[in-house]
Amino acid sequence: MIRVLSVVAALAVGATAVYAQSSAIGQRQAAMKAFAGAAKEPGAVLKGEANFDLAKVQGSLAVYQEQATKLKVLFPDDSKSGEETAALAVIWDKKSDFLSRLDKLSGDAKAAAAAIKDEASFKVEWPKVMSNCGGCHKEYRKAKQ
Amino acid sequence: MALAAVGGVAFYVVTIPSVLPGTNLPPRTADVANGETLFNAGGCASCHATPGQDDRTRLGGGLALRTAFGTFRAPNISPHPERGIGGWTELEFANAMLRGVGRHGEHLYPSFPYTSYQRMRLDDVRDLLAFMRTLPPDATPSAPHELPFPFGIRRGLGLWKLLYLDGRAFVPDPAREAALDRGAYLVEGPGHCAECHSQRDILGGVAAGSRFAGGPDPEGKGWVPNITPHADGLASWSAKDIAYLLESGFTPDYDSVGSRMADVVANTSKLSAADREAMAAYLKSLPPRPGARPSPQQ
Repeated sequence: MIRVLSVVAALAVGATAVYAQSSAIGQRQAAMKAFAGAAKEPGAVLKGEANFDLAKVQGSLAVYQEQATKLKVLFPDDSKSGEETAALAVIWDKKSDFLSRLDKLSGDAKAAAAAIKDEASFKVEWPKVMSNCGGCHKEYRKAKQ
Repeated sequence: MALAAVGGVAFYVVTIPSVLPGTNLPPRTADVANGETLFNAGGCASCHATPGQDDRTRLGGGLALRTAFGTFRAPNISPHPERGIGGWTELEFANAMLRGVGRHGEHLYPSFPYTSYQRMRLDDVRDLLAFMRTLPPDATPSAPHELPFPFGIRRGLGLWKLLYLDGRAFVPDPAREAALDRGAYLVEGPGHCAECHSQRDILGGVAAGSRFAGGPDPEGKGWVPNITPHADGLASWSAKDIAYLLESGFTPDYDSVGSRMADVVANTSKLSAADREAMAAYLKSLPPRPGARPSPQQ
């Protein structure tokens, strides 16, 4: 339990430092970086490059729940352009779909946190959370130039 | 006048659509599970699934591909008897996949990537059709392509095919590992990776020397990356990294791929781990070719 708390605390400190940035675009880019950071350790386990660690996986799922919720308010109408945002304008045309996808991500992360007890359940549940990422990147993120 | 007539006859002759011999295929029991694998490897759903919904097996078509040659619209390939390909024979389907020729003997546009599908084994094509016949019929009518002159003249594709369609099936290489051979087949044939991960020349064919080395997105949305093991491409990626991207959509930096590649991953995630590893092994074995993403200043 102490390990879980320390990992969550470490990730929270990182997220807080990142949140010092003021603009909505900067904050949502930081949230995306937090997502990438949280995907790293579990991904290494799935690739066979790291050993399963329940505390780290639970820490990552906490990041997904927290950041997906925060992201919902980070796309105000005045943040459609600037600061090299990769957000496509269609986000604001289909805002309810976009927000429901973020709800689904945090909901799936919460469900996975409850279901993952060991490596076997991790291998089943983790990909369900990660399968949310591509859906938004396909519809709502600019293709890389 | 005579010269024009000779030219006309020559054009007519060289642009005659080339089809498979015979009028039907011998009876055969299809392997539907293998057909499903080829459906996923071939990425059929990426273009032909009805846009704006998540069911990859609803093949009503309608996706618009906006290219330098005009707008192509993916047709309905569901088993609907009139609106889809439910009435097609196996030979007609094989001619579309392996020769780029439609049901009425007309050339098909290479937006349908038969330049890669021509490498497929005939039995795999037949299994694929058997699987597609198990999917739900969809009554959406196919929309026509919108192509400016001269690209609207299908017969002209006969000339294009002389340049870019060699009609050669995939040749297994028993000298290499079976997994590498399988990967080569999946990548070069059904997977049709090179169709987007290459530059295209002025006539729209894959430019020699740029195969798999990346290029501008055919729809003008960004840059499709180099996937050869060159420093400009995937040199720093392990085969495991590539296989994991095909499974999960994640790069080694844990960015999740978007745009059209998100659709590709939706398909490749359904393949067996062994098939994804085979594709990764083959990509790692490609000759490294330069081809960097242009810097934003250019």
